[in-house]
Amino acid sequence: MAGSSSQIGHLLRRAGFGGRPDEYSTYGSMSTTQAVDALVNFDTVPDTVDSLIGTSGYLGTTSNGAFSPNTVINDARQRWVFRMVHTNRPLQEKMTLFWHNHFATAYSKVSGSTSAIDGTRYMAAKPGEDTAKVRGQVEMFRDYALGNFRDILMNVAKDTAMLYWLDGRTNTKAKPQENFAREIMELFTVGVGNYTEPDVYAGARVFTGWNLARSADAIQQFVYVPAQHDTEAKTFSFPLYANGSKTIGARAASAGMQDGEDFINGLAGNPLTGRYLAGKLWKFFVSEFRSAPESWISRIANTYLANRYEMRPVIREVLTSAEFWEPASYWARYSWPIEFVVRSLKEVGWAGFSAATTLAPLSNMGQILFEPPDVAGWDAGQTWFATGATLARMNFASTLAANQKFNLATTAKNAGMGKSADSLQAYFIEQLSTAPLDSSVTSELANYLRATGAWTGSDAQLQAKSSGLVHLIAGLPEYQLC
Amino acid sequence: MLVTRRTFFKSGVAAFTVTFAAPDFLSDLARAQGSSKRNLVVLNLSGGNDALSMLIPYNDSSYYSRRPTIAIPAGQVIQIGTDSSNVALGLHPRLTGMKQIFDAGRLALIQRTGYENQSRSHFLGTDIWSTGSANGAGLGWVGRYLDSLPSPTDPLVGWNTSGSLPHVLQANKVSVPAISNPATYSFNSPNAGAEATAERNAAVRISSHVPVNRPELAFVYSSSQAALATLDRVATVAAYTPSTTYPNTGFGQAMRAVAGAMSKGIGTKVFYVTTGGFDTHSAQNPNATNGAYYNLMATLNDGLLAFYNDLKNQGLFEDTLILTFSEFGRRIGENGSAGTDHGAATVMLAVGGRVSGGLYGTAASLSNDPNNPTLENGAADVHFETDFRSVYAQVIENWLGANSAGILGANYKKSGLEFI
Repeated sequence: MAGSSSQIGHLLRRAGFGGRPDEYSTYGSMSTTQAVDALVNFDTVPDTVDSLIGTSGYLGTTSNGAFSPNTVINDARQRWVFRMVHTNRPLQEKMTLFWHNHFATAYSKVSGSTSAIDGTRYMAAKPGEDTAKVRGQVEMFRDYALGNFRDILMNVAKDTAMLYWLDGRTNTKAKPQENFAREIMELFTVGVGNYTEPDVYAGARVFTGWNLARSADAIQQFVYVPAQHDTEAKTFSFPLYANGSKTIGARAASAGMQDGEDFINGLAGNPLTGRYLAGKLWKFFVSEFRSAPESWISRIANTYLANRYEMRPVIREVLTSAEFWEPASYWARYSWPIEFVVRSLKEVGWAGFSAATTLAPLSNMGQILFEPPDVAGWDAGQTWFATGATLARMNFASTLAANQKFNLATTAKNAGMGKSADSLQAYFIEQLSTAPLDSSVTSELANYLRATGAWTGSDAQLQAKSSGLVHLIAGLPEYQLC
Repeated sequence: MLVTRRTFFKSGVAAFTVTFAAPDFLSDLARAQGSSKRNLVVLNLSGGNDALSMLIPYNDSSYYSRRPTIAIPAGQVIQIGTDSSNVALGLHPRLTGMKQIFDAGRLALIQRTGYENQSRSHFLGTDIWSTGSANGAGLGWVGRYLDSLPSPTDPLVGWNTSGSLPHVLQANKVSVPAISNPATYSFNSPNAGAEATAERNAAVRISSHVPVNRPELAFVYSSSQAALATLDRVATVAAYTPSTTYPNTGFGQAMRAVAGAMSKGIGTKVFYVTTGGFDTHSAQNPNATNGAYYNLMATLNDGLLAFYNDLKNQGLFEDTLILTFSEFGRRIGENGSAGTDHGAATVMLAVGGRVSGGLYGTAASLSNDPNNPTLENGAADVHFETDFRSVYAQVIENWLGANSAGILGANYKKSGLEFI
């Protein structure tokens, strides 16, 4: 599909989840600038991917009874895998995944405090399809994928799932609850080491009264409770206001919700937040293998601040930066399990495959959607390659190759590539994008093709060898980079 | 600051350059290196274990006044005696199995372990406990121990029962496989018979050509290689039939896998197990059956008891040592959600066939007098008495037979800690 040095391949792997053949056609005819614009301005593309679920020719889904992604968590997971494979707005799904990891909230605690159905709604429901118009946390990230970061913070502070996850619902004047205050600073904005323990106590007091209440529709939703709000002044170790003030002054309880808004505003505008986000964006979009130059961090952080926390110009700056397009940035990340699975579906094929078949392998690879291991998100990088998880990737490649055996052999034959072992090998190395392969790898693949006897090009041999090659190539270490 | 949670070495390349590692060769290697059958099980109680709900100072009135909702009633603790400062202590009532092990003299509880300026961050705290370094950076202390073993090391010298590599096992030369379920640890193929064999051979051969000039790629090569090299021996563990019934919890099944590896004699020296849920910020409920902390104790107790009995039945308990750690203890006073926030010092447990059981260290006084020297942070949290690295040093020297100063970077040995 794309040689290892293809610019469009690199852009699609980073700004999306790799490319389907139709995406290579679409973006392949654009310049890189046009392609970045098209990806960043995804609002111009109709958001119709969900309407394709259940139609033929697309990845399938499997459910107990009717498919219910708004109320059954495994159906929500399948819907998201489907979206990643078939969306025409890949950057939107990619940013949704970024925010899901950034504000990592786990379904199991939310459902444990509510129910399996409500836990799913609070994480994943689409308001237009929910009886009480609940918008799940990750649906909110999808709506705000390239939106305003301060707005995202505000939404998160009032998000039902988050109020369960970090115990904000029990944060009251009499006994302030520190969990959210700590993590909003440590993990969501300024970063570890840039706040003090007294900041945590003050932050906890800021959010006293930001609780949950049961609505008439029997759902839990955010409510500000003046009687539970600590109205005394709160002083921090860093400025919150444009005039440099570090103190949120005392307010009447009825006006006290403004404390939280001021605090969030201050955190969003803190230069350290711009830098913290820039650092995460570097690792996610540009490279995990080298550190960001200070000039890049500054530039991205300044873009963030100058645009008053709008993420669209920030991401555009990331994807057009010289550093993004440097050869050293190609193949400079380890793919997350979900990135590996989705890209392999796009490159190997999905006809007759169910999204449900990805769920157990993803879990074995160390990534369950809607279930990050803790509030700091997934430990990425080399931790993905614990041995069991590495085997799980190879085994998923086997499962997919087995499932697609007939299609793989047919398309290879129809392309005239089944006549010799060499042509078949060249064909599948082209179809699957990998980091550059050493000759030791290509010669072992060639040996494999000849290991069980002479080349006949028969259908049976093509099916065995096509699936075996796809299994081996998608299981290569070079395929795990992106 | 200073610590990224993912502090990975940039240059780690497996020392393993053997091309076709046949299982027999590796068993010989394992036997040669595992001349002692001793192993260490590092057990992480993840989330910050509330030591004051596990080992209860039931005669301290401040315990009851500061925890009006969540204190465990004095009449319900399992009394286990007094420590050297004459403080009477009891175990959480659900820990009946641990009491058996205590009575057999094989459970040591080391009170008030921690360090100066203890971090209350899960991530930095875990990094510090994992590395023994002040800023949490660097390789894991167990990783450094594994690196100190003669090369090449057996790919199964360590066994991580969790799904991803924990910091405590991060090493330069040794890659510890993550095998949470031996039964599913296999190499599948889209074909069968001779085709499948050809694919497996190709995968093994490919993974043996580690590209030393591309270190980040080389890391994945070594993982693949380790995975493929360990399949057969792990399969023997999958066939293990224990002598007791293990609870059907993640923790119980992980301990079952550890016992299986010991029983099958595959040569593993270090195991890592983690059990989570200890971050009890709200509704801690230590007293109600099915309360959050009660369930944590049930899981821990039942898994350890099954393991203890299983190993004793097979004469293997002498050769094992379990050491627990948790990133911090929790605040003395309960919060407004009937839970506890992040605190400082905590308790470490050691269980094993050669452990000198009992109570080590001295309990804190929980009086919220600001001059109380056993507390810190305005008498909100328990102040440490024993640096956790001193506990590690004891294990490294007396159990693993290695030089603790070399591994921990300084001499942390402390007298009075002769639990092993």
